[in-house]
Amino acid sequence: MIQFNEKTISRVNEIIARYPDGKQKSALIPVLHLAQVEFDGWLDTPVMDYVAALLKITPIEVYEVASFYSMFNLKPVGKHVFEVCQTGPCMLRGCDDIIDYIKKKLNIKVGETTADGMFTLKTVECLGACGYAPMMQLGKHYREHLTKESVDQIIEECRNK
Amino acid sequence: MSKKLLLNKAHVEGIRHFDVYRREGGYASIEKALKMQPADIVEEVKKSGLRGRGGAGFPTGMKWSFLAKPEGVPRYLVVNADESEPGTFKDRYLMEFIPHLLIEGMIVASFALGSNNSYIYIRGEYDWVADILEEAIKEAHQNGWLGKNIQGSGFDCNIFVQRGAGAYICGEETALLESLEGKRGNPRIKPPFPAVKGLWGCPTVVNNVETIAAVVPIINEGGDEYAKIGIGRSTGTKLISACGNINKPGVYEIDMTISVEEFIFSDEYCGGIPNGKRLKACIPGGSSVPIVPANLLLTTAKGEKRLMNYESLSDGGFATGTMMGSGGFIVLDEDQCIVKHTYTLARFYRHESCGQCSPCREGTGWMEKILQKIETGKGEMKDIDLLWDIQRRIEGNTICPLGDAAAWPVAAAIRHFRDEFEWHVKNPEKCLTQNYGLANYADPIQVAG
Repeated sequence: MIQFNEKTISRVNEIIARYPDGKQKSALIPVLHLAQVEFDGWLDTPVMDYVAALLKITPIEVYEVASFYSMFNLKPVGKHVFEVCQTGPCMLRGCDDIIDYIKKKLNIKVGETTADGMFTLKTVECLGACGYAPMMQLGKHYREHLTKESVDQIIEECRNK
Repeated sequence: MSKKLLLNKAHVEGIRHFDVYRREGGYASIEKALKMQPADIVEEVKKSGLRGRGGAGFPTGMKWSFLAKPEGVPRYLVVNADESEPGTFKDRYLMEFIPHLLIEGMIVASFALGSNNSYIYIRGEYDWVADILEEAIKEAHQNGWLGKNIQGSGFDCNIFVQRGAGAYICGEETALLESLEGKRGNPRIKPPFPAVKGLWGCPTVVNNVETIAAVVPIINEGGDEYAKIGIGRSTGTKLISACGNINKPGVYEIDMTISVEEFIFSDEYCGGIPNGKRLKACIPGGSSVPIVPANLLLTTAKGEKRLMNYESLSDGGFATGTMMGSGGFIVLDEDQCIVKHTYTLARFYRHESCGQCSPCREGTGWMEKILQKIETGKGEMKDIDLLWDIQRRIEGNTICPLGDAAAWPVAAAIRHFRDEFEWHVKNPEKCLTQNYGLANYADPIQVAG
């Protein structure tokens, strides 16, 4: 059965308390973030249904939100997700070479996950780190000023985790 | 050296924490504001001439004065920290290094507007920045600056941080409110404006991070003093996030009197173009504003030096000028391909269109595909005119400004660099391995429209 752990449940209640009575739907995006962290990095239908029940809204209200926002994964992803920015300012600083390098290094295409389930490569649109380009998001943090060498290090670091 | 009002303390060690921030004079504007009448605070902001720093440049004091105040209905302040305009990373810098400045400004603004519960909507990807803000809010609570009856004033104030989840459109204020209510980020039809019907149907003011931070020096020094900085209707200081082909990318606070040339080439700011390359073009206000070639960037069509402020950057309209926008300053050197760069922006807008209005939903996809076609050497001459036609049909025909934001970069690229597009069409193989180089700046090709 899908259920948040106790700590997450209390966090959910804390979030709902930020809004006026009856506006608990406002907690949807924060709660989906929590769900994605707790349930393997993606939102399976039963997980979304659980969130709907928790917030007393209909499942479709959760599906339409989950499918709108690019940070929510509706398919399984690898343990480490490389989200490399490809918008103009990063392009000017050579993100294409970095993306090509990661593809070759991990032997996957954009959107794919390595066979061992360790890495997923995604390209994303502007993450607001244009002055520190090229860059990627890796979990909670940004990795900036990417070079082939630093990509090697990041991959090594992930493998050792 | 530009006067700094926001980032002057950003590098003091430990400034992220309350004790250091307070020791450095932080939270003084709240002490002053709590002794004032809310209407007088709004008046000070009006006098300051502060204009919204998110991109639109609307006068903040005026926006505040539009807030409806019906009896028995809560009012809300919502801070727009959804910074997603390509080239823009100034709010992140401010929140990351000096988070209490935003919290302080929000408490003053909340008091002025009568908002007891205020929200910061921050883009979901700035995950660690949201943690920094949460920590600052916790410290402010512990020290009696947030919560019930703050500093014995009788005013209750709470601030909450809410993360988005990856959607550029949520930087548009009504889409932001929809998202904060737990829905898809589809912009609302205006009117009613948020000032009348905003968050949960209540009167709401939505302001950018930098705008709210600027309220702190305005209250500390007075609106009139703030208005003395800068030039014309570009008062105060502006954060500029500079990126692209420059030696020193980063966030700079400027007083809007310096020239574009100084900003790019002086060591105090961008430090010039790397590897001795020449300046080709620039998008000075975030990806949505028109790209301009070097000659029109540095000098207006009238032959005056262009300055880093609202009026000067827009001098000449879209024919020969551009916009201040969000202050996302993107520099392109002579090796950059305008077609490819425009293509990445078109792809961005196609990805970010919420899909509500057909001209934007369909048009952004068309523009992306045609630009990709030209970029990969498969373009035809008529595609350039088709692109022009499509952007014209998007502009002004959508509920929110995303349509315009998607149309303008394409229009400006064709307006000023049509020869480069034509070169791609005429050289389908060469364009795959070579760049066109510098455009013919002296004679930007005008397109009838």
